[in-house]
Amino acid sequence: MTGALALAAVVLATSSGLLGLALRDRPDLGQRLSAGALCLAAVLGIAAAVPVLAGSPASVIQLSWNQPHASLAFRLDALSALFLLPILCVPALGAVFGIGYWPQEEHGSHAVNLQLWYGVVTGSMALVVLADNALLFLFAWEVMALCGFFLVRAEPDRRDAQKASWVYLAAAHVGTFAIFAFFASVGSARGSFDFSAWGGLGSGGAAASWLALLALLGFGLKAGLVPLHFWLPGAHAAAPSHVSAVMSGVLLKTGIYGLFRTAGFFEAPPASWGAVLMVLGGVSGVLGVALALAQHDLKRLLAYHSVENIGIITMGLGIAMLGRSRGEPGLVLLGFAGSALHVVNHALFKSLLFLGAGSVQHATGTRDVERLGGLSRAMPWTAGLFLVGAAAISGLPPLNGFVSEWFVALGAVSALELAPLDRASFAVLVAPVLALVGALAAACFVKVQGSVFLGNPRTKDAARAEESPGVMLVPMAALAGACVIVGLAPALLIAPLARGAAAWSGMDPARLAGAAGAASGTATWVSGVAFVLVGTVAGLWLLRRRLGAGTAAETWSCGYAYPTARMAYTGSSFAQILNQGFRWVLLPRVRFTPPKGPFPTGARFSTEPREAVLDLALLPAVRDYISATSRVRGLIAGRLHLQALLVLATLVALLAWRLLWW
Amino acid sequence: MGAWTDMAFILVVVLDLFLLASSRLGAAIRAVALQGALLSLLALLLTGSGHSVGHMLVVAGGAFFIKAVLIPWLMFRAIREMAIRREMEPLVGYVPSMILGGVGVVLSFAFSRGLPLPTNEMHPFLVPTALATVWTGLLLVVSRRKAVTQVLGFLVLENGVFVFGLLLTDFMPVMVEAGVLLDLLAAVFVMGIVMFQINREFASLDTDALSSLKD
Repeated sequence: MTGALALAAVVLATSSGLLGLALRDRPDLGQRLSAGALCLAAVLGIAAAVPVLAGSPASVIQLSWNQPHASLAFRLDALSALFLLPILCVPALGAVFGIGYWPQEEHGSHAVNLQLWYGVVTGSMALVVLADNALLFLFAWEVMALCGFFLVRAEPDRRDAQKASWVYLAAAHVGTFAIFAFFASVGSARGSFDFSAWGGLGSGGAAASWLALLALLGFGLKAGLVPLHFWLPGAHAAAPSHVSAVMSGVLLKTGIYGLFRTAGFFEAPPASWGAVLMVLGGVSGVLGVALALAQHDLKRLLAYHSVENIGIITMGLGIAMLGRSRGEPGLVLLGFAGSALHVVNHALFKSLLFLGAGSVQHATGTRDVERLGGLSRAMPWTAGLFLVGAAAISGLPPLNGFVSEWFVALGAVSALELAPLDRASFAVLVAPVLALVGALAAACFVKVQGSVFLGNPRTKDAARAEESPGVMLVPMAALAGACVIVGLAPALLIAPLARGAAAWSGMDPARLAGAAGAASGTATWVSGVAFVLVGTVAGLWLLRRRLGAGTAAETWSCGYAYPTARMAYTGSSFAQILNQGFRWVLLPRVRFTPPKGPFPTGARFSTEPREAVLDLALLPAVRDYISATSRVRGLIAGRLHLQALLVLATLVALLAWRLLWW
Repeated sequence: MGAWTDMAFILVVVLDLFLLASSRLGAAIRAVALQGALLSLLALLLTGSGHSVGHMLVVAGGAFFIKAVLIPWLMFRAIREMAIRREMEPLVGYVPSMILGGVGVVLSFAFSRGLPLPTNEMHPFLVPTALATVWTGLLLVVSRRKAVTQVLGFLVLENGVFVFGLLLTDFMPVMVEAGVLLDLLAAVFVMGIVMFQINREFASLDTDALSSLKD
């Protein structure tokens, strides 16, 4: 029953964009209907996922499919349900936001196309988490990857969107290739491509490690783990904001889902796998936020924060893997709960922030942090909602980001309870890394909030800003509300998360229940502190109202008579000290014309952060490769006989290899 | 029955060598047509118990019609229409080609034992014949200058693949085989059209002239 509901949601979401195609004459109606269909799909998805999370058994649907090794096998278990919720809800809210932000009336056929791909990507993401057959999974995965390509190219005339979309496509295909290789090897070893037959893969030996590495490469590329994150900032910045919200908030999570699923196949993974995940996650977390601090482009900055949060999620997964290898239910539960809950939380606050960035861009026409300022007066709602998202992503109580990071940190600390001198105890180092990441994220969002919303407008564009329409604010408010609810009542979520952990790890639910009880004790404490915080703030606010606000006076401007916005701290200058510390990873391109002479004119200073992996390693390598191969190609191009000879030589070489060496 | 099958296989290989040595275009086309006819005969001869006779009849009939009748007719027509000189114009001489072909035949007989195959081999000559024919086809494509002769080489190559397909008739659905035959026909059509265009543009069918088109 729940499985059928989920499938109905998939079908509805996939076909939602067709309405816009049919109603080309009434673009606004078509868009509204598409958004409505996506909302209905989200409601169906909630109706399907909540009972499974509340304890009803996993729903399995099996249909035959006229393809070799493939079957239309769907399975909605607690893990799928956890991912299904954000996958269906965030795009629905994004579509509502899009009515105001990217109206079909203004953008014409581009917007109709966008709506079409937007629906298909939602449906295929849901299909990815529902698929219980490797080939069905790959099919959905590939559809999803291709939709992403078209979504990034929503405005095909823009050069940055073109470049970003090609980089994205290349990365997506390398990832799919790795996953394909992984599935093919496991499937041929198992004789079946149904996931249900894949449980209990042996994890000893080099072969298993290679398999796990393939999966890590494929899914890590989609998730955007450092150093596989290079495609992510460009793609997410180039797409329209509600699409960025979906891509950054949800699409990345399919990679995490893949990591979870794959990790679930292996029986008793060695501790080193968990260690690899924790190290990768820690590196992604710290470098992601360091790179984010240096960005001037609001959406690029948010995209790098996705890398950071993926890092946190991966660290949690690493802790859970460590728990499985040591048979510690506490580690499994806390790691899994932190990781999975952070998947949902990140989907909530990151899409909230991207929608906020979209609202800012809608009002001012720019995403450059240095050209904004003072928006909180013109756009109080956007500013307030963005602040909620910023606090949540920085992991501050009483919001949801704190809860999941708290679980991960608890898991890390409880690694100390392992047997004395167990080398796995080093997992406790995750806790300080988390603290560092959280502090840097807070610094970064102080920079954003301060330079975008506070102070005086720096440019005319920023001065002209007006508040966005309600249709854009309501989805943001819904997301912010969800952030607050998760932050206030984490104890409610422990039981569903424990079910997810049981479904994933195959551990005895009874053993996990003990750990879950301990965790819910701390969660209640978290709620209590959160309520006290909210109460204190509300009380102070009421007190201030009752006493009457003080007189408004001009900001003290260090004695200058005519302060202008040019004198205010810019975002870059705020982040300068931290950026200096991370120069070794940012490798910024600095342009500096120093002032000269007694009456200097025209001194300039600017920094431009570079994407180290893409700009300094991959693109030069690809360029060299192309120039080398084109030299070889020049030899044979246009000579038919030589080309045929090449085919012949390849064939003979393959035959000889097969016969003589094998 | 067995002797006839052996004979058919041997004739296919002999025709391969004949094609490599032949200097006359017309003779080469006839040889390819004959090879096609032999293949359809082989399809019938190899029908053992356990095969569906109807399936094999369809495959053999289709192969005969397309390989032995339709394509040769098209090629003779092309020669006539475009007034192609009836000489092969090899890049590699006839004797070296034949020696290479002979080496290929020997090696394919030597190697065919080592190939891992999905079925028990139906006939000991089947795989070596297929390999030798594919080898001959590729040699023809590489070593002959004119576009028409490259089409010929492609046909021989395709014949080799067809022989290999006989090994797999149990596995291959009729649709796949029909697709392969149709593919071949379409390829010949396309090449015919391209040849016609090349001829009109360059007033010759020497593929070396195509090199001036390279980017």
